[in-house]
Amino acid sequence: MSSAQGTERKPKATRNQYGETLLELGRERSDIVALDADLSGSTKTGKFAKEFPERFFNMGVAEQDMIGTAAGLAVTGKVPFASTFAVFETGRAWDQIRLVICYSNTNVKLVATHGGITVGEDGASHQALEDIALMRALPNMTVIVPADATETNSVIRAVADYKGPVYVRLGRSNVPYTMPDDYQFRIGRAHVFHTGKDANIIAAGIMVDAAKKASELLATEGFDAGVINMSTIKPLDEETLLNAAKTGKVIITAEEHSIIGGLGGAVCEFLAENHPVPVRRIGINDSFGCSGGAAELLQLHGLTAENIAEAVKTSLKNAQ
Amino acid sequence: MSVMTKGKVTDVEELKKIAKSVRIRILHMLTTAGSGHTGGSLSAADVAVAIYFSKMKFNPKDPSWKDRDRFILSKGHAAPLQYSIMAEAGYFPEDTTQTLRTTESPLQGHPCCKRLPGIEVSTGSLGQGLSVANGMALGLRLDRNPARVYCIMGDGEIQEGQIWEAAMTAAHYKIDNLCAVVDCNGLQIDGPVAKVMNIEPVVDKWEAFGWNVIDIDGHNMEQIVGALDKAEGIKGKPTVIIANTTKGKGVSFFENKVEYHGVAPSLEELEKAVKEIDNE
Repeated sequence: MSSAQGTERKPKATRNQYGETLLELGRERSDIVALDADLSGSTKTGKFAKEFPERFFNMGVAEQDMIGTAAGLAVTGKVPFASTFAVFETGRAWDQIRLVICYSNTNVKLVATHGGITVGEDGASHQALEDIALMRALPNMTVIVPADATETNSVIRAVADYKGPVYVRLGRSNVPYTMPDDYQFRIGRAHVFHTGKDANIIAAGIMVDAAKKASELLATEGFDAGVINMSTIKPLDEETLLNAAKTGKVIITAEEHSIIGGLGGAVCEFLAENHPVPVRRIGINDSFGCSGGAAELLQLHGLTAENIAEAVKTSLKNAQ
Repeated sequence: MSVMTKGKVTDVEELKKIAKSVRIRILHMLTTAGSGHTGGSLSAADVAVAIYFSKMKFNPKDPSWKDRDRFILSKGHAAPLQYSIMAEAGYFPEDTTQTLRTTESPLQGHPCCKRLPGIEVSTGSLGQGLSVANGMALGLRLDRNPARVYCIMGDGEIQEGQIWEAAMTAAHYKIDNLCAVVDCNGLQIDGPVAKVMNIEPVVDKWEAFGWNVIDIDGHNMEQIVGALDKAEGIKGKPTVIIANTTKGKGVSFFENKVEYHGVAPSLEELEKAVKEIDNE
């Protein structure tokens, strides 16, 4: 375990890292272009826009047009990164994503920020809790949820090299560094912090750090709970998941998304058909969010390390 | 067929002959398939033929040739029109046209770019082609590639809000390597466009959005070619050709019949229709 690495650094929002990595990519590659729908200050594509105005297209508040324009740019050999808030990117332009990106298999990178409940004070209208489900249902789409800034940097570089449609979900709020400093993301490859003999927590996004803390809490009580960062939600790392299901007695999924159709859904679909074990999904329980501070909302919706630890213990008890 | 170059077919009479052949093939394809969109394929035929054969550079043997002009059929239900043109141009063998709308066919019910090289991006869900055309035009401009982009929309289609998002974009970014066409045949599935959801004044709308607008008879080949020529010369703004057309054009008993939006000709109708087009 190398969980201690990087913890001295100040927490950083994954969207901030995206802005920096995209800018670096822009300097390295002339085929990288970026689009935004009037949120470049928030999504951090603004950094790229400032240095490469001719390769940046602000589409105004018009997400559907942004997706179509991105697909057209991709057809001429560009590698477009199209960004806005996750709720608008996936919800307002779903049919466009389906037709001109997924069905047409165009090389567009959808990098959405402000995913999940930690959007905070803006409230439910701006909190994407269904975006992963929407994107995961589309053929040809790869879905990635990085856990921290380190992973975001690696993910953005990986998807720029990958040919095909990708959805990357980032967050608004600062999150602690949780991945090892030397971590290299690979599409479809989960990161195993360790595999537990009692339970295994499959997490994504900001819940990876919470899962690690839950595992530490459980260790003090004598439970061995493994932690796996399943940052690629599609395609799922089935081998790693299967191994975890066979090693421990129960599986807990943890995500900042509805328990319907996201990471928990994907894990359940796979395990039900291949190696049925008890699964408990931690996430938003089929509801909308509300205004509040990020930490406060995580507590309100039961998305803390303590909640995960409690779920592990309950699941183990029920499994006996 | 070798590389088609700009101005390959300049003779209007020759273009008219090609349009006849394209229409007849459309009807054969639809009758064999037993379903498909007859009216809108015939209404846009003259404009599409003029774009492909008098204007566009392309190479049927190398459909992804980087200097090709691009074409997007935003009104994807008129797929038989694009397929008929592509068969005429030599993109695929003539007998492929008999596979329209079947499981293994490259000729899906609506254009599918993964099945048929020469289709830039799949269409069929309305309102999306103009955005894609803008993106291609911007990409070509970044590469300083002089190729041009053509996009045909339906008049019912421009009820989609995304069209107007894209209309703003094209004007905002001064996309002048794009020529759009609205095939105004006046009918949509549920009836006359004016009754279902009025789009008039069409010319004023596009002008208000910052476009150069050319209003023509979409079945007059001289006017079509003239408009396409003019569009090429306009700098600093996008051009849209408002092509006033007749749904089902060329076959008297299909013309202006709303019920032939999505119905294929029967064998009997096919025979009569081909005779009419031949004798025109």
